[in-house]
Amino acid sequence: MISDPHEAEFQALIDSDQRIEPRDWMPDGYRRSLIRQIAQHAHSEIIGMQPEGNWITRAPSLRRKAILMAKVQDEAGHGLYLYCAAETLGVDRAELIDLLHQGRQKYSSIFNYPTLTWADVGAIGWLVDGAAITNQIPLCRCSFGPYARAMVRVCKEESFHQRQGFESLYALSHGTPEQHEMAQDAVNRWWWPSVEMLGPPDTESTHSAQSMAWGIKRFSNDELRQRFVDMVAPQAVVLGLTPPDPELRWNEDRGHYDFGEPDFEELRRVVSGDGPCNRQRAAHHLAAHDEGAWVRAAAAAYAAKHPATSAAA
Amino acid sequence: MVAGAAAVYTLRLADDCLVLSHRLAQWSSRAPTLEDDIALTNVALDLLGQARGLYARTAELDGTGRSEDDYAFMRGEREFVNCLLVEQENGDFATTIARQLLCSTFQLAQWQALTTSTDAQVSAVAAKAVKETSYHRDHATDWTLRLGDGNDESHRRMESALAALWPFTAELFESDAVAREADALGVGPDPAALRPEWQAYVRRVLDDATLVVPESTWTPSGGRQGLHTESFGYMLAEMQHLHRSLPGVTW
Amino acid sequence: MSEETPAPLWEVFIRSKRGLSHNHVGSLHAPDAEMALRNARDVYTRRMEGVSIWVVPSAVITASSPDEKDSFFDPAADKPYRHPTFYSIPKEVQQL
Repeated sequence: MISDPHEAEFQALIDSDQRIEPRDWMPDGYRRSLIRQIAQHAHSEIIGMQPEGNWITRAPSLRRKAILMAKVQDEAGHGLYLYCAAETLGVDRAELIDLLHQGRQKYSSIFNYPTLTWADVGAIGWLVDGAAITNQIPLCRCSFGPYARAMVRVCKEESFHQRQGFESLYALSHGTPEQHEMAQDAVNRWWWPSVEMLGPPDTESTHSAQSMAWGIKRFSNDELRQRFVDMVAPQAVVLGLTPPDPELRWNEDRGHYDFGEPDFEELRRVVSGDGPCNRQRAAHHLAAHDEGAWVRAAAAAYAAKHPATSAAA
Repeated sequence: MVAGAAAVYTLRLADDCLVLSHRLAQWSSRAPTLEDDIALTNVALDLLGQARGLYARTAELDGTGRSEDDYAFMRGEREFVNCLLVEQENGDFATTIARQLLCSTFQLAQWQALTTSTDAQVSAVAAKAVKETSYHRDHATDWTLRLGDGNDESHRRMESALAALWPFTAELFESDAVAREADALGVGPDPAALRPEWQAYVRRVLDDATLVVPESTWTPSGGRQGLHTESFGYMLAEMQHLHRSLPGVTW
Repeated sequence: MSEETPAPLWEVFIRSKRGLSHNHVGSLHAPDAEMALRNARDVYTRRMEGVSIWVVPSAVITASSPDEKDSFFDPAADKPYRHPTFYSIPKEVQQL
């Protein structure tokens, strides 16, 4: 039973589908959950720049190069919106980045896989962004106002990333045999990690129930996973590529696709730090952050010396 | 009279933009803050757009009808005619900012002159590029002030960056038969004419940033004749390998 | 742990087109006002969303407390004459 009048008012706001704003009273657990989730989401955008950014200097046409640069830049922007949303809860971006560097906050498991060929960039756009959008659209209605507003912005900008990925992969799968093979190979490697990135099964998900009651999460991991597979399975047919799941087939009775059991043991391994690129991704981010320290210090020193530029401009 | 001077002239402009864009794009996910990462990519994207517009015009002027990708991916090191300054490696943030200040000040003066080009396509590219490049110059100026007049370390880094890059600025203003012909045709300015404006601006910013203009007797050159620095070959190898490994396909 | 003092936070307001007021779009970090403005342009107007930008140090904003919301906002609730729907207009007048 809720006895605290603050908490009763808080829950009433959530139950009537209103938004909680930063200066409202909120339970500590709600604040902690949100900080954890928004930070994890922000870190995912930022670490997610690396696997795709890996191909910026090798993009095979100027058009693809421009698209990829803009996309990776969008991810930086999305990370920034999300860090700002987290900051309204009373933490600083620098603290969150420290927690990332200490391994005390996570990012999406998917970015610990390597991008080995150009087709991986298309596969990430199609599958990883597809899974991300499935997860993110409901978050536009999240109970915490700043997070929901950041997600509206993110979804607006990200809606075409999946189209870009699909288009890029389509060009490969309908190109020469070598290109088709490259596309199929990428789908073989990215399919299962994408299905897994929607999280552990509902039976094992630690944060789900409370997050649902608080309106932070609107659908369970398994519901989102089904939604994702239902979206991409028919798209695979159009691409002319075969997902590496022999059990994938339309189930007339359920009105959904059936699919095989993801390897959640692998997900656990990757999340806990032993994916192919965990160490590399963390080291890259840390190195860039450390190398930038003198620049940030110089800018702060300049601002202190020249208060005029900091005052009303 | 130099045959095809206009095409060589626009190709030089285009190569400057493409190569500088590529170097800046190498910063992605490596900048000092997220805000700077986004800013550097914005500059890189503007430059890439400018290069594409100029390759399209070059293909008409040289009569080969080549695609933008033919220019970017199918020419070898000796065929690129960008200046040496744009191909210099990123180094630390100070080196990149110094390169940006020197390049964007030059490019802005050039684009401003190109807005009155007798070549309608070139002047159209220039009209857009002037706005973009004046932002690039502002961005570089703001950072030059902050690094030059920030703390001891940033001041020292800016000094060494300028010392390393300054020699390459002489080439920007080299005049030759192609440049003079382009000027005579009204296609674009002879870069030699841009020097006073460039010098005045750069000196003022360096002065405000408590930095001094380096002295240098060494004036490397050759980019406009396809004679580049060693690191440029590696840049091209990386940029071109995928495009060339499956020739003629659609990406 | 980093020992840096983080750059200050700035709130960003953008006028999306002429004739509209500036709206809060989010925030960002910058060492000073000029850089805040430059960053805001790069971060929040990549898709030409703005014609004018304000940046305000987050620290100087004074906000009403949610606890006082009754005394602060409820008095407006009994002033329907402040809203256009309070006034009945003859149907013949299409626009007013």
